[in-house]
Amino acid sequence: MEKGKGVVGRRWAIDFTDNSTAPSSRDIPDPLGFTRASPDQDDSTLSRQKKDAEANWKSQKAWEVAQAPFKNLLMMGFMMWMAGSTVHLFSIGITFSALWQPISALQGVGKVFEPYKDKKVDTLGPKLLFIALNLAGLALGVWKLNTLGLLPTHASDWVSSLSPAQEVEYSGGGLPIR
Amino acid sequence: MAMVIRVFLLLLFIFFYAKHSFALYEDQVGLMDWHQQYIGKVKHAVFHTQKAGRKRVVVSTEENVIASLDLRRGAIFWRHILGGNDIVDEIDIALGKYVISLSSEGSLLRAWNLPDGQMVWESFLQGPTPSKSLLFISTNFKVDKDNIILVFGKGCLHAVSSVDGEILWRKELATESLEIQQVFQPLDSDIIYAIGFVGSSQFDTYQIDAKNGELLKHRSAVFPGGFSREFASVSSDMLLALDATRSILVSINFRDGETRFHQTYISDLVEDSFGTATIFPSKLTGKIAIKINSYIVFIGVTGDNKLEVVEKIDYPAAISDALPFSEGRQAFALVQHGENKIHLMVKLDNDWRSNLLDESIEMDHQRGLVQKVFINCYIRTDRSYGFRALIVMEDHSLLLLQQGEIVWSREDGLASVIDMTTSELPVEKDGVSVAKVEHSLFEWLKGHMLKLKGTLMLASPEDIVIIQGMRLKSSEKSKMTRDHNGFRKLLIVLTRAGKLFALHTGDGRVVWSFLLPSLCRSETCEYPTWLSIYQWQVPHHHAMDENPSVLVVGRCGLSSDAPGVLSFVDIYTGKELKSMNIAHSIAQVIPLPFTDSTEQRLHLLVDADKHAYLYPRTPEAINMFQRQFPNVYWFSIEAENDIIRGHALQRNCMPEVEDEYCFNTRFLWSIIFPSESEKIISTATRKLNEVVHTQAKVIADQDAMYKYISKNLLFVATVAPKAAGEIGSATPEESWLVVYLIDTVTGRVMHRVTHLGSHGPVHAVFSENWVVYHYFNLRAHRYEMSVIEIYDQSRADNKDVLKLVLGKHNLSAPISSYSRPEVTVKSQTYFFTHSVKTMAVTSTAKGITSKQLLIGTIGDQVLALDKRFLDPRRSINPTQSEKEEGIIPLTDSLPIIPQSYVTHSLQVEGLRGIVTIPAKLESTTLVFAYGVDLFFTRIAPSRTYDSLTEDFSYALLLITIVALIGAIFVTWVLSVRKELSEKWR
Repeated sequence: MEKGKGVVGRRWAIDFTDNSTAPSSRDIPDPLGFTRASPDQDDSTLSRQKKDAEANWKSQKAWEVAQAPFKNLLMMGFMMWMAGSTVHLFSIGITFSALWQPISALQGVGKVFEPYKDKKVDTLGPKLLFIALNLAGLALGVWKLNTLGLLPTHASDWVSSLSPAQEVEYSGGGLPIR
Repeated sequence: MAMVIRVFLLLLFIFFYAKHSFALYEDQVGLMDWHQQYIGKVKHAVFHTQKAGRKRVVVSTEENVIASLDLRRGAIFWRHILGGNDIVDEIDIALGKYVISLSSEGSLLRAWNLPDGQMVWESFLQGPTPSKSLLFISTNFKVDKDNIILVFGKGCLHAVSSVDGEILWRKELATESLEIQQVFQPLDSDIIYAIGFVGSSQFDTYQIDAKNGELLKHRSAVFPGGFSREFASVSSDMLLALDATRSILVSINFRDGETRFHQTYISDLVEDSFGTATIFPSKLTGKIAIKINSYIVFIGVTGDNKLEVVEKIDYPAAISDALPFSEGRQAFALVQHGENKIHLMVKLDNDWRSNLLDESIEMDHQRGLVQKVFINCYIRTDRSYGFRALIVMEDHSLLLLQQGEIVWSREDGLASVIDMTTSELPVEKDGVSVAKVEHSLFEWLKGHMLKLKGTLMLASPEDIVIIQGMRLKSSEKSKMTRDHNGFRKLLIVLTRAGKLFALHTGDGRVVWSFLLPSLCRSETCEYPTWLSIYQWQVPHHHAMDENPSVLVVGRCGLSSDAPGVLSFVDIYTGKELKSMNIAHSIAQVIPLPFTDSTEQRLHLLVDADKHAYLYPRTPEAINMFQRQFPNVYWFSIEAENDIIRGHALQRNCMPEVEDEYCFNTRFLWSIIFPSESEKIISTATRKLNEVVHTQAKVIADQDAMYKYISKNLLFVATVAPKAAGEIGSATPEESWLVVYLIDTVTGRVMHRVTHLGSHGPVHAVFSENWVVYHYFNLRAHRYEMSVIEIYDQSRADNKDVLKLVLGKHNLSAPISSYSRPEVTVKSQTYFFTHSVKTMAVTSTAKGITSKQLLIGTIGDQVLALDKRFLDPRRSINPTQSEKEEGIIPLTDSLPIIPQSYVTHSLQVEGLRGIVTIPAKLESTTLVFAYGVDLFFTRIAPSRTYDSLTEDFSYALLLITIVALIGAIFVTWVLSVRKELSEKWR
């Protein structure tokens, strides 16, 4: 019932799907012959069945969504293998996209499973799978970063810019000046 | 994805089209380099002004240069540098078209073509004994239009044909201790006179037939008083000589083959003549010039051997030789000094009173005294005689005076640079005058329009010439302020004459010059010799408003225990701040690594008795020094005794003198090389101001090696005493080269290696943890270069990443030489084609950029050689990871890439030294090479990775930016429209 808020200046609106039961909420009387009663009170069993089917469908979909990163993972692996282990534009681009995708996916975990949220549907399992697969993708990216030699995992990475140690003694001299 | 690929392709495209090259393009020559040609202090000058055409003067100099100069502008027509051990004795002109030069103690006679300087012939004159060498070109005696050149050298008199250099005859005149002093041939005579002294008291005359060299007469006479070997000829048959006590003038008359002596006491001629007399070497006729005390006395000869004083003038003055100019008349020039002026007088030889010329000329005080005068006469338009004088000043500059003006001057003192240092320029002051901007606005616009045309390839050939001229004369590079990249600096240069020059790195012009002795001359120290120059005060952080200054160290006299002189000179103004005559001698100057609150560097001056004196003599300096006192050591190399000694400092200099700035030194260690097998020929240490970026060297597989970086390392090369001479003086079996790396604090020999069958000279350069040296291999008959790299083994086990991350390592702990760190050494040797005159290494501001060796080749060029070629880890088949690291496969010889000559097509004649100065821009080094010529450029050993190159296409960048902005604008408009139409849908 939030229509009309977004557009400024709309004076009136008729909602034809309005199915509230209380007529007092409206200023306009109901048309003749129209009884404001629940239309599906009769076939409640039918609707329950429908809801069950929907829940099933939702949970199925959630699992599918949760498994989606796996394909991505394979794809990424193939791309990395193609990129080789030398540092150049292509391999860097691939590695960073391999790192970025899981991170952005992990940030939006809630949103991804938003449409499948239901009282009856348990999305914890798919979520965990989704997170695990993305973490695997991230690990793949980090591993690639390491194979490219971009991670400071060696001693040389920590000492390469270490300035020379100070000397205690100072000695000067040489040949006598002529 | 498609976008990524597109960008990648674009970048690839750009990389392929940006050509990388170390070499310069032709139009880049002169943009950042300059080259100046000099000749040195002139010894002899011969004028050649025949007829019209190019008037020139031929000179020979103390740098062994023979040059022909333009008399109108002073430019060099041609010049030849004979080399350090081929000293020019005399020059003259023969046949009006050849320049004859006698060099190498009278053994090499050469004729050069006067117009273009090509060598016409060369004669090698041999003789039994070394002697004084004399050159006399006879003009009146001709054999088939051939002038005879008479040369006395190596104890022999040679007659040489001037056409082809053939030796016509040769007469040996060398007997025991005979020294021929003069050879001449009187006009219209076939007899050559050679006169000389035997021992100290005998006077000999030889008369020789000019046609065949037969000895006609030989007379000798003994003068009991003895001679001082100083004499001057008065006429063709008379000499005036000084006796051994320098108080009697002896006239020697050798007319008709008889020799007669006649003595005259100088005190009879000149009153108050208590000083010792010396004869001026000028060749005058009928008179001589004697210097007594502070006077110059001209003594003339009257008819019957009577001597009389002609004139008495004040000393400093210079006298030229007599110049015959018309109908037997002779003139000579006399230069005297006034206040800020010099007086040039040309007088007739036989008439003192009349002056042919009397001019006074304004003279720069910084040029000092006139040392030599050469005159030449020309015929003016009104048919009278005019004279021009070439004068050599105390600072070795050469000036031509004509009609009361200085026509041109040459700063030839710069041919003999002995030491140099650099300085930053002043910081730019804010605020530029409006008038200046308005004046140059139009020029600026015009210049930029032209440049735009050039970049858009619309410029006509004339425009291109103008653009090139603008690039070369860009005012940006010769500004007197500091620039962002640190390319603009002052080069402070000390010359042998004792003159300081400040040269601007942008265009090489002399900003100021300062003649040191002129102010320092005093009673106690009459002729100081200046030795070296040090940075005294370099203000940067605090004391910013102080001007930087240099310390110039000199000595009163030539011996090593003569008392010292110090002079402090302000770099921005070129004025002396103060000068000191110090009581002790100066054997060594040790700049200490401490500065006081005004950024004055502390210096330790060690005298010949091994006492050390601290300068500046302020309480602050002594306080600062006392804190560091136990850690300061010094070492001395006694090359003649083959001993290296190490010393520490001790309090209290001498018990009798209370001088808290004086320290006694305590002997600590010595390395004595066995004199029968080793002789020190070369030493090298690291430069004091060298900056090292890191102590670790990352090698293949991400391993690290720790460099042994110590400023207290000394490289010493010794050879077998037999092999100390020239190459070829020893067989491979009896010659060897031993190389030492010595810690100068403890005297510990860190490394020692012997090269059997190798020979000096050794040129070495020491930088970071490596030393590269160049020597000759007798067995391979080739020059070799070796590299030694030292690594610290005691730090090698710092491999735990976790500890390094947490900072739990000993890598930044101070090192002491007494901890005896364990070192490993890697070395390798390569063949090298060139022989080397000098070597240097590039230095950059932070020491990150890879290094290049700068090699001064025998052809007087500077060759840049990457240090990567001298890497002891090179192997024939490097592994993949080593290749990735940049290790070049091992070859037996070092490549010489023609494009990597820093001096491109130029030659720095007589190259003696190469100095590298870091610029503020990390990638760039400034290089200054000096010899007879000066050369300056800047190089980037790893290319200019931190700035855009000169040839970067700004136009392309601009067009790209404009196009991108246009595209953004268009797409924005389009997107707005699309959005609107979406909304209406």
